[in-house]
Amino acid sequence: MLDLSLLVQYGPALLRGFGVTILCWGAGCLIGMVLGFILMLLRQIPVKPLRWVIRAYIEVIRGTPFLIQLFLLYSGGPSIGLRLEATAAGILGLGIYGSAYFAEIFRAGYQAVPKGQVEAALSLGMSYGSILRRVIVPAMLVSTIPSIVNMMAILTKETVVLSIITVPELMYEMQTMAAETFATFETIVGMALFYWLLVEVVSRLGRRLEARVTRFLTHASPQGSSTQTATARA
Amino acid sequence: MTTVSETATSPHSAMAGDAAPMVSIRGVSKSFGTNEVLRDIDLTVNKSEVVCLIGPSGSGKSTLLRCVNFLEVYDRGEIRIEGKLVGYTEETPRRRLSNRDLRSLRRNVGMVFQQFNLWPHMTALENVAEALVQVRGMDKAAAGAHARRMLDRVGLAAKADSYPARLSGGQQQRVAIARVIAMEPHLMLFDEPTSALDPELVGEVLQVMRDLAADGMTMVVVTHEMGFAANVADKVAFLDHGRIAAFGTPREVFHESTEPRVQQFLQTYHERNSF
Ligand SMILES: Nc1ncnc2c1ncn2[C@@H]1O[C@H](COP(=O)(O)OP(=O)(O)OP(=O)(O)O)[C@@H](O)[C@H]1O
Ligand SMILES: [Mg+2]
Repeated sequence: MLDLSLLVQYGPALLRGFGVTILCWGAGCLIGMVLGFILMLLRQIPVKPLRWVIRAYIEVIRGTPFLIQLFLLYSGGPSIGLRLEATAAGILGLGIYGSAYFAEIFRAGYQAVPKGQVEAALSLGMSYGSILRRVIVPAMLVSTIPSIVNMMAILTKETVVLSIITVPELMYEMQTMAAETFATFETIVGMALFYWLLVEVVSRLGRRLEARVTRFLTHASPQGSSTQTATARA
Repeated sequence: MTTVSETATSPHSAMAGDAAPMVSIRGVSKSFGTNEVLRDIDLTVNKSEVVCLIGPSGSGKSTLLRCVNFLEVYDRGEIRIEGKLVGYTEETPRRRLSNRDLRSLRRNVGMVFQQFNLWPHMTALENVAEALVQVRGMDKAAAGAHARRMLDRVGLAAKADSYPARLSGGQQQRVAIARVIAMEPHLMLFDEPTSALDPELVGEVLQVMRDLAADGMTMVVVTHEMGFAANVADKVAFLDHGRIAAFGTPREVFHESTEPRVQQFLQTYHERNSF
């Protein structure tokens, strides 16, 4: 059993650590998605060298451990003039790491948009910008939300790696506590439970979001009841 | 708000304007790799005419239709809509039209697809109103009101707030037609608009098309509905292996043509449609 006095003593630090974890995770996901979306769009441009560069970026990021990427950014960054504070480096690192995966998810989503829906828009004289915003992205959202949520859940777990570069997130605070109190087993079990819970919450929210954005597939109208669950996929 | 204008900037402008046919296709060829799909096509569609394209599968009907609004790029020859060259500038050697010019050309040419191609995340009304806002720059309220009138015209006012997934195929296709006529096109292209429908739903879509024809809409219709072609079309073009093998009034093509390929095609059609 966890010693309650430990919780009182370390509670505030753990709470702050929890806050930092959520911050790094949220900001990292956001940066990852924005970068990933931009990469996906750039990949549609029919210029071969550009495609190679983007592909190489994605392959390298996906093919190397996050821990090493983070070290490179944090320790190697200053040598190219990129001097980042630990938390900023952690967020950027997560964002870059996530961007490669999000770019692949979005690419699959982009390719899965039914061609006819785009042709209908083209034939009406709509511009690419309008088509992207009004037709492609909504269609992509439907097909990619499960993968996006899955990736976000994976990234919650990757935040623990940030402790290595001294980002004061939950894992880091836990380690500090464990080192000072020798309560190693309890802390590890506690951590495992916590991240499991976090992944569970993210997945659940994701499923609700998915049900929401796919409502039109099962409901007669926007005012329709919300008793049905959306399982259909466009 | 550009429309197809008839400014005197080219030698072709003499035939632009009211005197020019709605669609003029001259010597158009198109290949996919080594597969020559269209061979030296000539076809003229006058204002308010209904022209049906018929022919066996793979003969190039869809490709020809899609070249008219440049969803497909043609290799040789020229296609003009109201005198205006489709997809290219008037210079020699010709260059591709800018996206902006291509868009302003396309907004006068509506297209109805076999698979309807409605946007599933928008209601029927939103589907119809979308291009009014995005392309014609109408404000949301005006676009909504206009869209409602268009849905009314195809008999679907009651379904304005339904998503496509909740509409029958026939209803979806009528929404797709409403989406096109809302833009007030000068020309409408139909690519087998009833082929994906259950037989009992074909009639309601054909009726809407008959009404459009009666209202003077210029239409090019790829179809396997020989009854529609015979009764509504002013001209019928029979395509075979990328060539127009027969062209004329429905009577000329269906009853008077001695072209063996036409007779064989009609024979097959009749056999398939009788017990
Ligand atoms: N995007 C494409 N790439 C390569 N080949 C194509 C493409 N589109 C069509 N084709 C080929 O061009 C030929 C003509 O096709 P098209 O779709 O125009 O025929 P169709 O007369 O409309 O036939 P159907 O009645 O089956 O619709 C076919 O051989 C087809 O395989
Ligand atoms: Mg076809």
